[in-house]
Amino acid sequence: MLNKFIENAGWPRIIIGLFLFSLFLAAPFVNVRVDKSLSDTLVRVGMNGVLVLAMVPMVQSGCGLNFGLPLGVISGLLGATTSIQIATATNEISALMSAPSAEAAEKLAAINPSGVTLFLANLLNSMPPASKAMTLFSFALIIAIPIAAVLGFFYAQILNRVKGEEMMIATYVGFSSVALMCMAWLLLPFNSPVMIWGYGGSGLRTTISADGFWRHVLSDFASIGSEQGSFYFPTGMFLFFFLMIAVVWAFFRTKTGTAITAVGSNPEFARASGIDVNKMRTISVMFSTILGAIGILVYEQSFGFIQLYMGPLYMAFPAVAAILLGGASVNKASMVNVLVGTFLFQGILTMTPSVINSLLQSDMSEVIRIIVSNGMILYALTRKAQVKR
Amino acid sequence: MAGKVSAKLPIEFTVAENIKHLLISNSVPIIFLGLSAMAIPLSGFSAGYLIQEMLTRLARNSFLVLSLLVPIMAGMGLNFGMVLGAMAGQIGLICVTDWAVVGIPGLVLASIISMPIAALLGFICGNVLNRAKGREMVTSYILGFFINGIYQFVVLYLFGVRGLLKIPFTDSYMRVPITSPQLVLSRGYGIRNAINLTGLRHALDNAIHFQMTLGGENPFMISIPVSTFLVIGFFCLFIVWFRRTKLGQDMRAIGQDMAVADSAGIAVERTRVIAIVISTMLAAFGQIIFLQNIGTMNTYNSHEQTGMFSIAALLIGGATVTKASIGNVFVGVILFHLMFVVSPMAGKELIGQAQLGEYFRVFVSYGIIAVALVLHAWKRYQDRERSRRDLRGEA
Repeated sequence: MLNKFIENAGWPRIIIGLFLFSLFLAAPFVNVRVDKSLSDTLVRVGMNGVLVLAMVPMVQSGCGLNFGLPLGVISGLLGATTSIQIATATNEISALMSAPSAEAAEKLAAINPSGVTLFLANLLNSMPPASKAMTLFSFALIIAIPIAAVLGFFYAQILNRVKGEEMMIATYVGFSSVALMCMAWLLLPFNSPVMIWGYGGSGLRTTISADGFWRHVLSDFASIGSEQGSFYFPTGMFLFFFLMIAVVWAFFRTKTGTAITAVGSNPEFARASGIDVNKMRTISVMFSTILGAIGILVYEQSFGFIQLYMGPLYMAFPAVAAILLGGASVNKASMVNVLVGTFLFQGILTMTPSVINSLLQSDMSEVIRIIVSNGMILYALTRKAQVKR
Repeated sequence: MAGKVSAKLPIEFTVAENIKHLLISNSVPIIFLGLSAMAIPLSGFSAGYLIQEMLTRLARNSFLVLSLLVPIMAGMGLNFGMVLGAMAGQIGLICVTDWAVVGIPGLVLASIISMPIAALLGFICGNVLNRAKGREMVTSYILGFFINGIYQFVVLYLFGVRGLLKIPFTDSYMRVPITSPQLVLSRGYGIRNAINLTGLRHALDNAIHFQMTLGGENPFMISIPVSTFLVIGFFCLFIVWFRRTKLGQDMRAIGQDMAVADSAGIAVERTRVIAIVISTMLAAFGQIIFLQNIGTMNTYNSHEQTGMFSIAALLIGGATVTKASIGNVFVGVILFHLMFVVSPMAGKELIGQAQLGEYFRVFVSYGIIAVALVLHAWKRYQDRERSRRDLRGEA
């Protein structure tokens, strides 16, 4: 009975789980509130959940761990910045339209907004603030998803040519795309004053606040408690996370999803049964990239800030570590792996700074984070494939 | 072997095919040669400056890049785990700086301290990689991050800490023997972020060095760190000799085909561990040479970039994941660092923003590795097709 449980759960999960449990037990003794810690952990689970979920399609199709997650993140960032650009531009136009002065009319004529812009301005400003935020967030999603699909398609073409070495190449494709976007953030023609550098500089800021646009748009939907209080549960964010899980779960039960799983389990066999291996891999990579884009938007609406430039560089590593911690292997991952892994990993990240630091009087959380997350990835990479009877 | 087979089955490749093959084989250096040729005039640097810069960087980086050769020979790919060696080297340097041993004796002592650490780390790395055959690169890459965590723990929390262990039968406590206030953070333990290696700066470079004047119309002076080049040259000889030893031959056999080598009675796993141990120890020494040239050490960052830059340089030199020569090392170091020196200025001239040049350089470093890895994988695919045609014979 116990042996069976250990076999099912795996030693790493049991050890990390016990460690996390003991952290929660120790918390009251070092004046760390358990309810607050639990709520912080849950918020972070919701924030990072979709990013971790973005690992699943590529793992299932045999493309390995998606170290190229920054590609999806970049698409999400493009969506986020564009939606804020739309918001500020339409705000300005509506303000000018409602102002009675001739000066305002002159300015409006100078901007000469197109029909679409005017329509958007009227639409957005006729809405109550909550639905306006929701609409802007949907804009971000609508812009990010096609970009992610296109980037994912090209990314897949690269990965299809380098079978067997996807992970290393994915890492460096991710890194170089982040560096390329660093230049793009400086050059893209955004002009919203909340996003560009002050003092008439050009280029976007390193962090942009989403406050007043779509900060907490998902998190605060039917949320329990308040952030200032001792317990806060972002219901809306979790509903969205579960929706995404359901979508991925359902997708892998369709014909295409099954074919993708077959490609991941045994590409030769899949090819012999008439499955187009490269096509299935392409679909999975695009799906992963799109989920990455959605994931970063969920993350940012909760965090409240958009991080540009080198921000996305190492985003893949925590997500990879989390899904592996959840029991996924390099070529098999399930929804349970995502949920368990995200909870354990984010739990450790939340609890170690507060509890360990109070115990040892020094800030070791960063070192623990590095050792746990990379140790997990190492464990998965060196694990001998286990054959189920 | 391959030559004999094709002699038996004379398959004619057309001239165009042969040229194509040659270009694909050397595509990476050719691309970067072209890029540099465009970027040098844009940057506006003088020839003298560039020559001096290249000489310095050759002396500084070659040894690190050379340390990558042994694992490639053993078919283990690019040893991203060389950062382990770099960390060992840095620990040696921290100790030597604390004990204020300067000059060549300091460097020798630093090497002596770092060698056992590097050997141990290499041993761990080799055994981990034996469990991850076929994905050595990504595993050694992550292992680098993992050991970095442990390195940070040791250097940031254990070095200089008092009262860690009670010495038996006495009332005194052991103290990890790093005490210099220039090294230890003001809180009493942990090493500072930046360390000034004053006593060791250029210790090897200046042991024997040589200055000469070049150029006719506007002459410029260049200095050549002869002693460093001697060490590098000696090491190249070592590699050439090593390839001919029994161990070297074993490694090459393993690199060709692990299963065949195993049936031929070669202890595959043991030989692979030895390859990584050698590489890690050499990387430790390489990092010491690198840092004595730079003169300051970034305790928590220096090693992280070492791996990336060395690997990028080797790949640009035309090496692949399975084949690398000494020539690749020197071509690669020159081409990569030429790009590295020239690109920020070229980027600035081209687009006009200073910060842009910086990002451009980062992009080039990452992009180079991505492109080289992709080209390599693609080339391997082409080679596979080619050898398949070779086997198929006449239609």
